[in-house]
Amino acid sequence: MPKLTIDGIEIEVEKGTSVLQACEQLGIEIPRFCFHDRLSVPANCRMCLVEMERSPKPIASCAMPAGDGMVIHTNSDVVHKARKGVMEFLLINHPLDCPICDQGGECDLQDQAMAYGFDRSRFAENKRAVKEKYLGPLIKTFMTRCIHCTRCIRFADEIAGVPELGATGRSEHMEIGTYIEKAITTELSGNMIDICPVGALTSKPYAFSARPWELKRTETIDVMDAVGSNIRVDSRGGEVMRTLPRLHEAINEEWISDKTRFAYDGLRRQRLDRPYVRRDGKLEQATWPEAFGAIAEAMEGLEGSAMAAIAGDLCDVEAMYALKGLMASVGSPNIDCRQDGAKLQPDVRASYLFNTGIAGIEEADAILIVGSNPRWEAAMVNARIRKRWLQGGLKVGVIGPQVDLTYRYDYLGAGPDTLKALADGSIEFAETLKSAKKPMLILGQGALTRDDGGQVLAATRAVADGFGMVKDGWNGFNVLHTAAARVGGLDIGFVPGEGGRDVAGILAGAGEGAIKLVWLLGADEIDSSALSNAFVIYQGHHGDRGAHAADVILPGAAYPEKNGTYVNTEGRVQHAKMAVFPPGDAREDWTILRAFSQQIGKALPFDDLHQLRRKLAEDHPVFAEIDRLHPAEWQPFGNDGEMGSAVFASPIETFYMTDPISRASITMAKCLDEIEGRAAAE
Amino acid sequence: MAFIDRQARNFLLLELLGGMWLTFRYLFKPKATLNYPNEKGPISPRFRGEHALRRYPNGEERCIACKLCEAICPAQAITIEAEPRDDGSRRTTRYDIDMTKCIYCGMCQEACPVDAIVEGPNFEYATETREELFYNKEKLLQNGDRWEAQLAANIAADAPYR
Repeated sequence: MPKLTIDGIEIEVEKGTSVLQACEQLGIEIPRFCFHDRLSVPANCRMCLVEMERSPKPIASCAMPAGDGMVIHTNSDVVHKARKGVMEFLLINHPLDCPICDQGGECDLQDQAMAYGFDRSRFAENKRAVKEKYLGPLIKTFMTRCIHCTRCIRFADEIAGVPELGATGRSEHMEIGTYIEKAITTELSGNMIDICPVGALTSKPYAFSARPWELKRTETIDVMDAVGSNIRVDSRGGEVMRTLPRLHEAINEEWISDKTRFAYDGLRRQRLDRPYVRRDGKLEQATWPEAFGAIAEAMEGLEGSAMAAIAGDLCDVEAMYALKGLMASVGSPNIDCRQDGAKLQPDVRASYLFNTGIAGIEEADAILIVGSNPRWEAAMVNARIRKRWLQGGLKVGVIGPQVDLTYRYDYLGAGPDTLKALADGSIEFAETLKSAKKPMLILGQGALTRDDGGQVLAATRAVADGFGMVKDGWNGFNVLHTAAARVGGLDIGFVPGEGGRDVAGILAGAGEGAIKLVWLLGADEIDSSALSNAFVIYQGHHGDRGAHAADVILPGAAYPEKNGTYVNTEGRVQHAKMAVFPPGDAREDWTILRAFSQQIGKALPFDDLHQLRRKLAEDHPVFAEIDRLHPAEWQPFGNDGEMGSAVFASPIETFYMTDPISRASITMAKCLDEIEGRAAAE
Repeated sequence: MAFIDRQARNFLLLELLGGMWLTFRYLFKPKATLNYPNEKGPISPRFRGEHALRRYPNGEERCIACKLCEAICPAQAITIEAEPRDDGSRRTTRYDIDMTKCIYCGMCQEACPVDAIVEGPNFEYATETREELFYNKEKLLQNGDRWEAQLAANIAADAPYR
């Protein structure tokens, strides 16, 4: 443990800590451009120079490991002179176009030029100009502004795992680009915009649309996948202008996927902003009392068992809890939150959670991925696996779709047969799992949504037990969800009650005429044509598949428009906050259900969000604690019987369009064309 | 003695005559009043009157939608929306000034990096309705076109002092 003195303060730091990090521990800020906590250290911007005694010249603090007895000065004349010199060199070729630059107002170079910049230029020669590069539909480039910190190159290489960016040429002729002009094929590309310290890489969809100082910032939770990434929604005048990541070390670190970041423009299109009622086969605009009246009329005289409710993938727990209460009050056992038909049961919490936790991946030394493409299903989980893989000593085996996961893995097979062979120990990878200290298994929805999903669940549980994945302080059994609402729905038991029908049963029942009324709470991923005989109520925010089949449409709120609770795939309960108001007559979903329950004389027992949440926490204690993880108890689960032989397929066909919001997004449509379309053509 | 002096002044109407002499003198002096609106007084090049958005000599609008004027406006009278124009350049799609909110402090023209928004010499834009004072981009550009000669002259006149 080296002990060094910084500005007269003595500090002892871990071995391997750089001088810059040691300064940070003391709260001394060192200006930097190229250094980033989560990337390798190139030390090429030279902005972090500090003075070290007995050194003839200033040192780059980011690359200098702290040594015993070092005496560092960060605030001396030498340091200031050095940094001013570096800044002057950086600004030689940087254009003076801050007024038209989207980074203006949140630019590292702008901020640091205020501290170390010179108020005029001594450079009389011609400035360098670089042509714009095309990096796809998400990243707008302005390469003249680039200061060659290489953060984007290192991000692509290290975090995203797509070595597509690089620098050509040297010194003044150096240019960052993709060598051959093409869109960057990673689902994490948006993060390059964040880490770019200048305005060289900016967001294309957000271009010129707002300034950072005029935005209202709301810290909330993402629902595009089941990871529950922490995000910040920036809004202006009731419109979401952009989405940015928020630091959460245990979930998304400081990255988010492109779908999380760029699908927000879907919030402005195809919105349901007023109730509709179908009259003579046509949906007509209606008022709330008319819509409620139409539903109450349809409900009149119906048995509870003839009614059903399906909750979608983006629902908040409050809305599902209210709908569950409503269905219970009319005596219907036919409720289900597993739109995709996943064979997961709420009885044993450990059976449907990502028990290891996303941060837990960093401890694992062998990972078996079954029926999942984590790169598309949960990009942040995949990034975490890659991070662990880069540290070395990690073996990954995959049973299921064979895709590029950005790290090397042993491809074991495509279907349940391989899983059986692995359990028998007849595959080489079994040895790896056996000898691993902390092995883990990731079970995707692709393996669970099949008819034999219950059997696959039991078989993977047997694998987990057989290879010692579950032991004291370590649970290596993980279910990777794709829907933000799924774990919350299972936690509150939004599944068929005694003698109730599940999604397949409801659809079949609607065809036969046994189910006469179906309440869809944002459920769009089902075959809604099967519901043509039933009276369908669609409550949701987008005019997507579910709304087309509806007889009554109740406009709800999308995720940045309501205060909702979401449980991520780890079982972490998080609160999303309202950033903007829902459009038009749309309302927060639980309030719609509460109002309707009053209409039919079966008022739900809560009047405001506070009461609802208290009630929810009473019924389901997991909701009492926010952002905490508790190990779930390991108990038997799964169905007995033989697995089928069909191969596992990923539940996601395209990364960029998985839900009503991303399907309505033009940006996502462009990504589909230019990134996935290109990938398919190659 | 003072009593006698005061009585003498009163009796001889000296103060009255002095006042009338002053009035009489002014008959031959130049007039201080103006025959407004036929005549107008001189104004400084720094006069802060009605706003205008200027153009470059080639007809291109100067405003680049940096929103610095919007940010600095103490009355929050300016509203700007922007997006990339077809040629990729940064331009406003909306530039509104609520002239009823404006306090004519001139901060917007101080903040403008391209001398696009300026407060011109015009102060005669009274309207009959409130709504006519909600200026939009079109109106501001029209002002700019109308006053350009004087606006450019004012900026040139003030340039040595900046």
